[in-house]
Amino acid sequence: MIEEVVSIDLPVHERLVIKKNRLEPENVTGREKRISIVTGTHGDELDGQYVCYEIISRILQHPEKLKGIVDIYPDVNPLGLDMGSRGIPMFDLDMNRVFPGDNTGAVAEYAAAGIVDNIIGSDFCLDIHSSNIFLKEMPQLRMTEENKDRLLPYAKALNADFVWIYSSKTVLEATLAYSLNNMGVPTLVAEMGVGHRINNDYCMQLLDGIFNLMIQLDIWDDKPSEVRKPIISTEGQVSFLSAEDSGIFVSAIALMGTISVGTHIGDIIEPITGKVVQRIEAPTDGIIFSLREHPVVYKGALIARVYSGRKQEQI
Amino acid sequence: MRKEVLYSLKGLYREDFEIEGYRFGGGEKSACIVGAMRGNEMQQLYICSLLINSLKQLEAHGAITHNHEILVVPSANRYSMNVGKRFWAVDNIDINRTFPGDVHGDTTKQIAAALFEKVKGYSYGIQFASFYMPGDFIPHVRMMETGYQSASLANLFGLQYVVIRKPKPMDTATLNYNWQMNQTNAFSIYTNCTDSIDDKSARQAVSSVLRFFTRMGILKYNNHSGYIASVINEHDLLPVKTYDGGFYRRLKEPGDPVFRGDVIGEVIDPYEGFVKSQIVSQTDGIIFFAHTAPTVMGNQVVYKIIRRMHE
Ligand SMILES: [Zn+2]
Repeated sequence: MIEEVVSIDLPVHERLVIKKNRLEPENVTGREKRISIVTGTHGDELDGQYVCYEIISRILQHPEKLKGIVDIYPDVNPLGLDMGSRGIPMFDLDMNRVFPGDNTGAVAEYAAAGIVDNIIGSDFCLDIHSSNIFLKEMPQLRMTEENKDRLLPYAKALNADFVWIYSSKTVLEATLAYSLNNMGVPTLVAEMGVGHRINNDYCMQLLDGIFNLMIQLDIWDDKPSEVRKPIISTEGQVSFLSAEDSGIFVSAIALMGTISVGTHIGDIIEPITGKVVQRIEAPTDGIIFSLREHPVVYKGALIARVYSGRKQEQI
Repeated sequence: MRKEVLYSLKGLYREDFEIEGYRFGGGEKSACIVGAMRGNEMQQLYICSLLINSLKQLEAHGAITHNHEILVVPSANRYSMNVGKRFWAVDNIDINRTFPGDVHGDTTKQIAAALFEKVKGYSYGIQFASFYMPGDFIPHVRMMETGYQSASLANLFGLQYVVIRKPKPMDTATLNYNWQMNQTNAFSIYTNCTDSIDDKSARQAVSSVLRFFTRMGILKYNNHSGYIASVINEHDLLPVKTYDGGFYRRLKEPGDPVFRGDVIGEVIDPYEGFVKSQIVSQTDGIIFFAHTAPTVMGNQVVYKIIRRMHE
């Protein structure tokens, strides 16, 4: 059933409505496990759209397999998605910087509080992101160090290639995931692909993971499926390769994934002088899991993240 | 006065991005002032220009006390100011949400880290700031409640109000918060506008800073004593929200007294012109913040009222 989670009157005869679709078994006992899938916090990230569609469509094809409650929030920033804008358009405000929100605060904080209130009570929440328009990401799950014991079992069920455990120092406390974890709802962030695009393969991979997790949580009745054994970032080291100067980045590799030391990743060039400002090579054998997509770079811009450690398993 | 480039970033085709600083006096790092960090902070930039102009003259007349250094950074974001964007022009990141920064981090984190390195270590840090809600304030000094804040020092600016804000998660990456965590007494001064220039309140802000410097012994200067500030906690300000969206008719200005039951705003249907809803004050008090824009959304904060306490 499609419900309105938050509704805000806009100035000129329109409402901003944040919706969810609740799917539940025919006979609800009140003891069902509940999973929430959230996406669209950033209006420029679109993979979650396809993932939400597929989850709902697969459940509708086999309603008899549904044992628990599945809440799908396909777009928590509807104005941003329409305009392809990352933030909430009128406020130029990143919605993932206003959680847990505030009922008496600005409109964005009010909306954020409404979303959090609605998700509270879930047994698990997955917040699906698609990087941004600047970087593309291999499908990965992210969590903070302090939550890893609680969240790793979920992460291992989700068919990801990579689990990135952040140090707690760099955590952004105003994100949805941080707020929900703090309020007792185990929440993972999925990152994949690149802004303004949908990567079908990545979506399918995550979908298999979501259904596998739903089987484990007793929400979906099916035989368990084989999932990838993710590489955990803490088993090795993550190197950040950044622009040492401003210029235009031209990539030299077609695909992310396994890479060997010295591989030419790309160049930062200065078109007006015809010179290479910086040649970027893989610092170690490993896996390149983030790669610059948007060519214009200023000093400090992230070009790639390379993980060194256990090799990726061939599937 | 010594002008110096505090940070420089090579531009691709634009001229290099630079953060310029103006130093006055010398010796102990006494006070640092940061102006526009967002591209629309025109009033904040204007205040700094007036302040630099005043300090230049005061310094020439020997009014800066021996062994006191003042650093003024009028803008930390000229790239955005020149293209009419609030945030960093390349990737739309708010520099005032990236402190203390990271020298190895992304571009905006490097900018914040470089700036923080130059502005830290001062006894007093003053930022001319803008609020994340569009509107006008009674000019005031704002401090974060970090455990290091000192409302009695904030009082010395002689503005009418000192507001103590309990930091929300989104505040922890601001300059003000990080200054305080780094043992600088940090104050944010809010005047009554951002995108436009209000000369009167800009001059009031400059006077308040010069008054503060005089009282802290940094300047030898004669200025009138200003107000004895009322200290208020931000959560004691009563937010007044709209019910619905439409044209907004603001009926009160910052500083106006209001009484319980007063109609203080109206929302008008944007097609048919009738009054959709009236906004009624739920308390006796003084308007502290008032929304400015032709329209409003539903559930939008249009006023914040300082409640009058009855004896
Ligand atoms: Zn995102």
